[in-house]
Amino acid sequence: MEAALLYTVTMLTLAGIYAALTLGLNLQWGVTGLMNFGVLGFVAAGAYTSALLTAVPSGTHLGGFGWPWWLAWPLAALAGALLALPVGAISLRLRADYLAIATIGIAEIVRLFVRNEDWLTGGPLGISGIPRPFEDLGQPWGAVAYLLLVAGVVALLYAMAEATAKSPFGRTLRAIRDDEDAAKASGRNPAAFRLQAFVLGAACMGLAGAMLAHFFKFMGPDALDPVTATFLVWVMLIAGGSGNNRGAVLGAVAIWAIWAATDWLAGQLPGELATRAAYIRLFLIGLALQLILLYRPQGLIGERLPR
Amino acid sequence: MLELVNFYLIPGLVLGAIYALAAAGLSLAYGVLRFAHFAHGDLMTWGAYAALVAVGALGISAWVALPLAVLATIPVALAADRAFYGPLRRAQPAVLLISSFGVALMIRAVVYFVWGPTPQAYARGFTPPLVFEGMRIQQRHLMILAGAALAAFAAHLLLSRTRAGRAMRAMADDPDLARVTGVPVEGVIRLAWAVSAGLAAIAGVFLAIDTQLTPNLGFNILLAAFAAAILGGIGRPWGAALGGLLLGVAEEMSTYPLLGGAPLLEPAYKTGVAFALLVLVLIFRPQGLFRGMG
Repeated sequence: MEAALLYTVTMLTLAGIYAALTLGLNLQWGVTGLMNFGVLGFVAAGAYTSALLTAVPSGTHLGGFGWPWWLAWPLAALAGALLALPVGAISLRLRADYLAIATIGIAEIVRLFVRNEDWLTGGPLGISGIPRPFEDLGQPWGAVAYLLLVAGVVALLYAMAEATAKSPFGRTLRAIRDDEDAAKASGRNPAAFRLQAFVLGAACMGLAGAMLAHFFKFMGPDALDPVTATFLVWVMLIAGGSGNNRGAVLGAVAIWAIWAATDWLAGQLPGELATRAAYIRLFLIGLALQLILLYRPQGLIGERLPR
Repeated sequence: MLELVNFYLIPGLVLGAIYALAAAGLSLAYGVLRFAHFAHGDLMTWGAYAALVAVGALGISAWVALPLAVLATIPVALAADRAFYGPLRRAQPAVLLISSFGVALMIRAVVYFVWGPTPQAYARGFTPPLVFEGMRIQQRHLMILAGAALAAFAAHLLLSRTRAGRAMRAMADDPDLARVTGVPVEGVIRLAWAVSAGLAAIAGVFLAIDTQLTPNLGFNILLAAFAAAILGGIGRPWGAALGGLLLGVAEEMSTYPLLGGAPLLEPAYKTGVAFALLVLVLIFRPQGLFRGMG
């Protein structure tokens, strides 16, 4: 019974972290039309920032400094934003697809950096001993409390995203996405607005990275991979409904449920088959993305423009 | 000096030739289809593994398997176009880009499923390098350079000397004008996919001959191929090929110990050169180096 509760809580916590990622990507792609294929880079920036600040001191990496999580998480969001700033400033004034290529590049650089700068990140060993908030409540209540914390953060992000979407700022972003020339003609500076949206979305991803690191209690170069940290987030957003914050959260939860359920199913198969089943799942998730793009491009809940 | 040539310049040119083929195919697809094709790297991987099958089944060398790899890769691109990209032709380029990202994952999933994650090689054993006046070159390097030059020449003839090639260039220059002047648009698109996928397959086999086969073979150099294509002015295959050569040489040279004992750049960061170059081009010359040079 307790194992089932713990499993459910774990899955829900991860779904919540994905919801934070999807809300960030929705601000970038859904609302503003910016293609970020390097979600992983911003997640890693936030995860490592928070990990270094909160971990217990260790000889294998810089710090840790033993800070409390509530001090480190805002800085993790800031780290995501600071990474996005130069990338966005360079590529946003150009064609839209250059941003997609540049973000793939930044994710790659971040990956190289965390693997090779042992003095800072612990290299391939990563950072262990990251405290999880409410750990001292014991199991399962510590896990439940952490889930509530993640849910609270997601609710806050959702409220902020909704307020942004309805604000003049959000309307301007959509106007730029849909008709850049018209937005320019009415005196807006598209590049500046795009950069703000890109940086804010990346801050969300940094925060999600911090939540992930504290959940795993470990962060290393192999803890994140492009499929689960970038591609899955895209599938979630497009399945849920680009441009709609409720759709983003719904997509995150629904796709995560499918992902986790198929993972569990594959795990029931004997050894070699289980590995192969993972590849079939990868293929099917790619196919699902294609089918949504072809037959339901608006996703589960399409964008609803505020009047 | 010889050390520079043997260990940095020649490997740089070889890597550059591979990048050149990859980037030329990418740039061609961009020119005709108008979107960044993110599955290009995985088409390379597919071609490399197709050659592995031929090598295993027919007992031929990877060089002889090259045409078979090309023939096995073209249908993959055509099928992806028919099933996924074709119906989205009128959608915005961003949607096509996302779709191609999905296709990339699907191809990689099949590669993982069929051949598994363990690195493989076409052939084992060691062939001694050729030596001319102290200049050493691996036989495989010589063959990659010659093969890449041949493939580039063939693609050039196709694009410049045939009716279909001219139609393709017309589409790349001005799609609407090409359409109203009666260019068979869908046929040209299929041809562009065929040439792009063929070049990808050759680049993939060459890369696998020089290194080894892994399911991430092509994806790992996708960023370099994009950087080379943008460096050459995206949509221009020749520019992309020059960009690829330049990038390959820059990447290998970046680790040369020019200042005393330490390499200019830690070898671990070698793949970052592509990104650095991309950033520099985007800042200073986003139209590419060779725009306005004919």
